[in-house]
Amino acid sequence: MPENKPITKNVDWIVVLIYIACLAIGWVNIYAAVYNPEVQTSMFDVSNNAGKQLMWIGTAALLIVCILVIDYKFYETFSFIIYAVVIALLVLVLFAGSNINGSRSWIKIGAFSLQPAEFSKLAISLAIAKYLSDPAISLTRKLKDYYPIMGIIALPAFLILLSNETGSMLVFASFAVVLYREGMPGFIPAIGMVMAALLIITLLFVKWYIAGAIIIIAGLAIWIMPVMTRRRGGLWATILVSLVMIGIVFGVDFFMNNVLQKHQRGRIMVLLDPDSDPRGIGWNVIQSKIAIGSGGFAGKGFLQGTQTKFDFVPEQSTDFIFCTVGEEHGFIGAAIVVFLFVCLISRLVILAERQRSRFARVYGYCVAGIIFFHFMINVGMTIGLMPVIGIPLPFFSYGGSSLWSFSILLFIFLKIDAQRPFTLSRG
Amino acid sequence: MLENRRFVIIGFFSLVGLIYLLRLFYLQVLDESYSIESSSNSIKRVIEIPFRGQIYDRTGKLIVYNTPVYDLLVTPRKARVEDTLRFCQVLGIERRDFDSLMAAAAAYSPFKPSLFLRQLSKEDFASIQDVMVDYSGFEFAKSSLRTYTAPTLANTLGYVSEITRSQLEKQEEPYYRQSDYIGQSGIEKIYENELRGKRGTKFVMQNVAGVYKGPWKNGELDTMAVAGENLYTGIDLEVQQYADSLMVNKVGSVVAIEPKTGQIISMVSAPTYDPNILASRHFSKNFAALARNPYKPLFNRPVMASYRPGSTFKLIQALIGLQAGVITPESGFTHANCPMGCHVHPATSTVALGVMHSCNPYFYNVFRRLIYKNNITNTFRASAVGLDDWHDKMSKFGIGQRLGIDLPSEYKGNLPNKKYYDRFYGEYRWKFSNIYSLSIGEGELLITPLKMANVAAIIANRGYYYTPHVIHGIGDKKYVKPEFLERHDSGVDPRHFDPVIEGMIGAVEGGTARRSRVEGITIAGKTGTSQNKKGDDSSIFIAFAPADDPKIAIAVFVEYAGAGGSAAAPIANLVIEKYLTRKVTNKALEERMLKADFMSKVILPGVKKPVTTDSTRKKPVPADSVKKKPAAPAKPVVSNRPVAVNP
Repeated sequence: MPENKPITKNVDWIVVLIYIACLAIGWVNIYAAVYNPEVQTSMFDVSNNAGKQLMWIGTAALLIVCILVIDYKFYETFSFIIYAVVIALLVLVLFAGSNINGSRSWIKIGAFSLQPAEFSKLAISLAIAKYLSDPAISLTRKLKDYYPIMGIIALPAFLILLSNETGSMLVFASFAVVLYREGMPGFIPAIGMVMAALLIITLLFVKWYIAGAIIIIAGLAIWIMPVMTRRRGGLWATILVSLVMIGIVFGVDFFMNNVLQKHQRGRIMVLLDPDSDPRGIGWNVIQSKIAIGSGGFAGKGFLQGTQTKFDFVPEQSTDFIFCTVGEEHGFIGAAIVVFLFVCLISRLVILAERQRSRFARVYGYCVAGIIFFHFMINVGMTIGLMPVIGIPLPFFSYGGSSLWSFSILLFIFLKIDAQRPFTLSRG
Repeated sequence: MLENRRFVIIGFFSLVGLIYLLRLFYLQVLDESYSIESSSNSIKRVIEIPFRGQIYDRTGKLIVYNTPVYDLLVTPRKARVEDTLRFCQVLGIERRDFDSLMAAAAAYSPFKPSLFLRQLSKEDFASIQDVMVDYSGFEFAKSSLRTYTAPTLANTLGYVSEITRSQLEKQEEPYYRQSDYIGQSGIEKIYENELRGKRGTKFVMQNVAGVYKGPWKNGELDTMAVAGENLYTGIDLEVQQYADSLMVNKVGSVVAIEPKTGQIISMVSAPTYDPNILASRHFSKNFAALARNPYKPLFNRPVMASYRPGSTFKLIQALIGLQAGVITPESGFTHANCPMGCHVHPATSTVALGVMHSCNPYFYNVFRRLIYKNNITNTFRASAVGLDDWHDKMSKFGIGQRLGIDLPSEYKGNLPNKKYYDRFYGEYRWKFSNIYSLSIGEGELLITPLKMANVAAIIANRGYYYTPHVIHGIGDKKYVKPEFLERHDSGVDPRHFDPVIEGMIGAVEGGTARRSRVEGITIAGKTGTSQNKKGDDSSIFIAFAPADDPKIAIAVFVEYAGAGGSAAAPIANLVIEKYLTRKVTNKALEERMLKADFMSKVILPGVKKPVTTDSTRKKPVPADSVKKKPAAPAKPVVSNRPVAVNP
């Protein structure tokens, strides 16, 4: 077997280089975020977050070596078992977890804490990929084939919800990307987006105006449609869709007041108008925007950020790490980070598409979707385009659990991809 | 088919990336509201306020300086006061005050220091400093207070106080911030820009709790505060205080000018107050008391109060008459053919005698000739032309004009011209017989004490003057404003002054002011007596000395004190002697003037703010009414506006 060929030859170096760049930039910015001009500590000092992060990076490197050494078939074969282990951990954390920031989702091992929820993404990705690798499963035709996927996602989601870690759960929406690629009809994500848009519009404008606008658009559609398409029955579908949309518009209040929790409602309201609560929920958004905005085009310079350093921006080294980038390195630095992410995600999609096994492709799309979703929510939150949801920026945010889980997630895919030439025999 | 969906997916990813880039570009590059200067709360701009400039007298004695004081600041979140009672005792405040001050501070910010007690003196600071160590959350900030070496010159110097809301809004360049101090009147106001110095700006970093975290960018952008410029006045502090003491229990003014330069030597506005009371933390209380005082101590009488010049005006009439050639030094007039009365005095066969005895008919005739110029074919037209000509000549003496002294709210006074009377009578419907009361300084004339002191200076200089001014040197280089170095000509030749000065010397030596003459000094002076509507006359005297080489020109106004010779002349001559010889020989006179009390004679509401000429609506009284009951010589009426003479 030519499998003895060194892995370094086949691994996708573009992704690896972007990964290393992200880690390096992230680590430097974590140091800047926690840098205290009065008590200066080294970047390598384990007493600060930058030093700890370096340790996490080192252990992640070890993990990567392990992943690359383990036979690629292991992941497909053991995917359900990995899933089961993570589920077990999620259950365990409910009973044995330590309470950090109001959520019982951490397992403490000595000085370090692990968050099993971080690994649920990996587990779900593997499980979905494994499930969809059966060629008989079709997402285009059979509704019942969706049920197991729903189950795979819903079980950890439920457990995470119990441990009060809503942010991680929302990330599961990213699986819509892979499902869409594997045949889910386009209207389902479209409906999702339309509903989100309607929610925002409803909160901004008078409901009756929106209802009127929907009716007018529906009328135009009914008038134009016979010309555009040969299909009959569009009339009733259009009327139905319009009625549902109007229903959503008037149901928003119910959704806001009865379904969402108070702090979640606040986050959405703040997204629309940060000044509505400048000292409360709006504080994070305003301070984060000031920090990034004050960076200007070229930034204040390394270690010169003042907004982030003097605690105006909360969670500077974790969820709001992007503020440090924006403040100290300005538009140039921020744009480089955005560019790195778009490159990484696009590269992952390209890699996924060249896979010969469905398992590998599905898993690749899962990885791309998860990283994209984290990037979109996290950066969007710091620049005031997304509600404040506490999820980390992959490879940048301080934190061992997230760094480990993203590294494992990514390098399992790179390992599978590296073995692509030898998967010819599989269907 | 499904493979093509990757393009949709990559397209969506890229679209989000693009939107984020645009948003970042907007936030970081386009939108100014997030720039460091406008919104950054981690970098604070700290303004350093420099010391205000000090003010000196003509001999180099300090008049105004700054005392360092201490403001006590509290940071509510850090404040720990276990035994409130002892704390209040130390600071000398009530428990009530403590609670309200703490509440106000907490309302402003629990984390940032706010003002707790303002302007603690050095002594207070020393006594509580040690005790305050026991209480955390309190700190002292250095500040400064205006301090005056002597309780004098209150209105001339003015005061400094917190900027008012309207001043804050009106400022053209945003220089002052709320609770900043600004010169509100007098020299402090006029020279605010010189006195305030240059503020320093420091950019410091602070954390979210407002705790200082060092200079930003190592202070590269900081600017140093520069202390305000010192001002050098022409005031003689010793003479000023002596004049003050003479004006105690009197309402009125003393203005003394150095004729050769126009520098103000002394400027008393009586009653006055100790300027230190408006530079303490009891400002509001003290200011309110001063504002309520019926004698209006805040009213700067030397430049704001209006009087009729009375007989002192005859000096200018004589000078203009001589210059115009309508009289010669040897012109004599009798009491015949004059509608005005006079007192009994020797014949006035020369200008000097006319001045010395202050003869009303004499100046009636001078004025008549000035108006008609021997042209009596059409008296109405002649009066119109003559008055405007007279008006122009009078204006050159500063009558009816703002002199341009470096003090705020200088009153212009009133000098009627043709237009003025046309408004009441109609064009060419009035003539000399309607306006002759102007000849002896009555009628519609209004002057200020400053103007009459300046007239004395013009005569002392024999024909010219420099704008009277308080500040004769700004900063270390003692820069003098160019307008104060410009010589103004009175339009009267020096030779015409001799007979007038001779008459003035005579007035002091043996005329109306003979009782207050000073041994060894030749004083040239002229009394004036302003008749008041109600109550006693007001006493006026202008003079300069020594007559042959004048060093001081002075005007003294004492309201309700009787004839010019009774109060104004003695005070003026005592001040002159003090200034020229540094001592006073006539101790009896000094004693009498120090003790004199005219306050009980003052008819309240004293002096009101003068009504400007344009708003004068009262008709001037035709001279006929004067005819029926002739005015006593040199007894014009003091009033706020032109009212009837002898109603």
